[in-house]
Amino acid sequence: MTAELGHYALVLALVVALVQCVLPIWGAHRGNPSFIALAPPAALMQCALLLLSFSCLTAAYVTSDFSIINVVQNSHSAKPLIYKISGVWGNHEGSLLLWSLILAVFGAAVAVFGGNLPPALRARVIGVQGFVGIGFLLFMLLTSNPFLRAIPAPPDGMGLNPILQDIGLALHPPMLYLGYVGFSMAFSFAIAALLEGRVDPAWARWVRPWTLVAWCFLTAGVALGSYWAYYELGWGGWWFWDPVENASFMPWLAGTALLHSAIVVEKRDALKSWTILLAILTFSLSLLGTFIVRSGVLNSVHSFASDPARGVFILAFLVVVVGGSLTLFAIRAPTLKPGGLFSAMSREGALVLNNLLLATAAASVLLGTLYPLFLDAITGQKVSVGPPYFNAIFIPLMTPLIAALGIGPMLAWKRGDVPGAFGRLKFAFILAVLAALVGWYVNGFGPLLPLLGLGLAMWLGASVLVELGERLKLFRVPFGDSWGRARRTPRATWGMSIAHFGMALTIMGITVSETWKTESLQVMRPGESVMVGPERLTFQGATMVQGPNYVAQRGSFAVAGNTTPLEPETRRFSSPQMDTTEAAIHSTPLADIYAVIGEADGKGGFAARLYWKPMVLWIWLGAVVMVLGGIVSLSDRRHRVGAPVRREKKAAVTPAAGKA
Amino acid sequence: MNLRAFLPLAVFAVIAVALGVGLFLNPRNIPSALIGKPVPEFNLRPVAGRANGLATADLKTGEPVLVNVFASWCVPCRIEHPLLMQLARGGMPIFGINQRDDKGGPWLDETGDPYKRTGDDRNGRASIDWGVYGVPETFIVTGDGRIACKHIGPLMPNDVETKIKPAMADLKAKGSTDKCSAG
Repeated sequence: MTAELGHYALVLALVVALVQCVLPIWGAHRGNPSFIALAPPAALMQCALLLLSFSCLTAAYVTSDFSIINVVQNSHSAKPLIYKISGVWGNHEGSLLLWSLILAVFGAAVAVFGGNLPPALRARVIGVQGFVGIGFLLFMLLTSNPFLRAIPAPPDGMGLNPILQDIGLALHPPMLYLGYVGFSMAFSFAIAALLEGRVDPAWARWVRPWTLVAWCFLTAGVALGSYWAYYELGWGGWWFWDPVENASFMPWLAGTALLHSAIVVEKRDALKSWTILLAILTFSLSLLGTFIVRSGVLNSVHSFASDPARGVFILAFLVVVVGGSLTLFAIRAPTLKPGGLFSAMSREGALVLNNLLLATAAASVLLGTLYPLFLDAITGQKVSVGPPYFNAIFIPLMTPLIAALGIGPMLAWKRGDVPGAFGRLKFAFILAVLAALVGWYVNGFGPLLPLLGLGLAMWLGASVLVELGERLKLFRVPFGDSWGRARRTPRATWGMSIAHFGMALTIMGITVSETWKTESLQVMRPGESVMVGPERLTFQGATMVQGPNYVAQRGSFAVAGNTTPLEPETRRFSSPQMDTTEAAIHSTPLADIYAVIGEADGKGGFAARLYWKPMVLWIWLGAVVMVLGGIVSLSDRRHRVGAPVRREKKAAVTPAAGKA
Repeated sequence: MNLRAFLPLAVFAVIAVALGVGLFLNPRNIPSALIGKPVPEFNLRPVAGRANGLATADLKTGEPVLVNVFASWCVPCRIEHPLLMQLARGGMPIFGINQRDDKGGPWLDETGDPYKRTGDDRNGRASIDWGVYGVPETFIVTGDGRIACKHIGPLMPNDVETKIKPAMADLKAKGSTDKCSAG
C-alpha cells in the first residue's frame, strides 16, 4: 500500500510540476495576476507531495518491505537502522527521489520567503524550478521508479553495498545534493532575469544567500566525501581525481566563482551577464555531475549501476535545460545594460581575477574529466587522465589565486591602492617567506614545490589576520574601541575572513601532509616493530571478530607512548559478498597515524600498510572553517531583513544604528 | 546580435555530442594493447646471484611460458610467491622480471627461486614496454613469443585453475586461446 501511495504521489507531483512551470511563466509573460498568484501554492503542493512520496519509500526501508524491488536490492533485514534509512538514497532511484524532494523544498522556500520579491519575478523563478522538477520526475517515472513491486516477494534483501555502510557516506549524498540542487536557485533566478531582461542589485541580493547556502552544503559534501575516501578506501589518500569526485568539484569551483561575482553585482551593479552565465554554468555542472555518475559514460569505482537508456534520457534533459538556457543567454545577455565601471586595480578587479582563475580551473577539470571520452569517441583510444595532469594544471592556477586572495580584501571598491595594500601586508609577506625557508630547511633543501604551498598558506592566513587587525584598528586604539569595531563589522565580512582563513588551513594541511608523509608497507609478524615517521608501531597480532552483518579480521598495533592500540579491520560482508578495509586512524591536529591490515601470508605474518601523515586533519578542518564562514555570512542582518545596501553604509557612520 | 554570447552554447554542443557518442561506447572494456602482439624487444642482465638473464629471444621456446613481474618490496608478490614455487615444482616454465628492485637476489635466495631465467629491470624501462602498471603482473607468452594473456595483481589458486592452466593447455593444443579475456 505504501508503495502505491508513494508512486501515486510522484505522478501527482509531476502534474503539479507541469502546472507550476507553465502557468506562472505564461502569466508573468502576459501579465495575468491570477496565473502569477498560482506559483507559490503550486510550489508548496509540489513539496508536500514529494515529502509524502519520500516518506513512503523511507517507511518501506525501515519496515524492510521486501515486496518493493528497490528495497530488496539495497536493504537487508539484518542491517542497522541508520543504514536502512541511508539505504533510501544509497541507490539510483532513491537518490533521484531525494534530489527531487530537495528541489521542491527550495521551490517552496521561494514561495515562503519570497514575499518581498516582485510577484512576476517570483512566479518565473518558481516556474523554472518546476521545469527542472518535470525533468527529474519524468526520469524517475519512466526509467527509474523506486516503487516497483517484486512479485513474489523474496524472504530477505540483498543488502546495501558494504562500502556505503558508513556514517560518513550516509550523510555525504544529502549534503552533496543540497549543494547541487541549491544551485538550482541561482539558476532559476538567472533564467527568470533573462526572461525579464533585467538584472538589478535586488536580484543579486536574493541570489547570493541562496548560492551561499548551496555552497556551504557542497563544501561540506565534498569534504565529507574526501574524508570518507581517506578513512574507508584504505590507501591513505584523500583525493583521487576520480570522475565522480571531479563531478562534485567542478560545481564547487564554479559556485565559488559565482559567490564572488554576485557580490560585484550586488554592490557595484557590474558583471551582470557574466554572473548570469556563471549561475547557468554552475547548475549545468551540477546536472553534468549527476549525468556522469549515472549514465556509465565515464566509469569510476563508486558510480551507481549504469544504464544507457537512463543515460539517453539524462542527456536529452541536459540538452534541453543547458542548451535551452545557454540559447536564452546568447539571445538575451547582450541586451542587459552594462553596469558601473571600475579600474583593474580594485576590489572588483580582484574579484574578476578570482572569477577568471576559478572558471579556468573548473574548465580544466572538465577537460581532464571528459578528455578520455573525447579521445575514445574520436579515435577509439583508451586513456585515463590522472593526478599528474590535474596537479600540473592546479598549482599554476591556484598560486595567483591565493596570492591575490590575500590582497583582494584590502582593496577599495572601484579604485584600489595596490602599493598601499602591499605595504600593509609586508608582515604577511615576511611570514610567508620565513615559513617557506623553514620548510625548505626542514625538508633538507629538497624540492621547491612544498615551499610554495607553505608560503601561500602562511601568506593567506597572515593577510586575513592583518586585514582583520586593520579593520578593527587592533593595538592602535584602546581595546574597547576595537571590540566596538568588531561588533559593528557586518557578519558577511566576518564570514569572508573566516572562510578565507579556512582556505589557508586547507592549503597548509595539503602541503605539509603531502610533503612529510611517510609510509611503510611490509609483512609483519606478531611482536615485530617498525618506525613510521617518528612513531614506533608494534604489531600485536590479529583476531577474527563477528560484526552485525560481517566478520572481520582485526589487527592490533601498539603505538609507543599511547595507551590505545590501533585496530584496523578487513571486513567480509556476506550480503552482498564483498570485502572492505577499515583503516585505524589515530588523529591529532599535529599528525595522523594510519594503519591498514591486509591478507595473511599463511606463515603467521600479515601485510600491513602504515602511514604517518602530519597535519592531514587540517585539510578537512579548513573545510569546516570555510563552511562556518559561510554560515556566519548567512546570518548577516542584511539577509534576514533584506535591508537595502544604503542603510548598511549609514550604519557604518552612526554606530548606534549598528546595534539594532 | 552578439556572436560572443553564443560561445558557451557552442562549447556545450561539442560536449553534448561527445557525451552522446560516449553513451554507446563500452567503458568497462579496457583492452591490453599488447594482447596478440610479439613481446617487446628487451635484454636484461640476471638478478644478483643468478646465471641467466632474460631477453626477448629467451621467450621463444616453442612452448607457452609464464612471465611474472615481481619485486621484493611488493607485498602481494610475497603472497603469490608460494604458488609460483608450487607451479615451478610442477614443471611450469616461469620467467621473472624483477622491477625496480635492488634486493631481488637476496630475497629469492631466502624465499626460493621459481624462475628459469630472471631479468633485472632496475630502471623499470622493460616493464613499461611490457605495459605493466603495477606489480605483480603475470603474462602468458606463446611458443613463438607473442603475449597471449595478462593477469593483473597477485595470482591466486583460483586464477591458476580457471585461467592460467586452461589457457596454457589451449595454447599447447591449438596455438590460440579464448580463456583469458583482457585483464
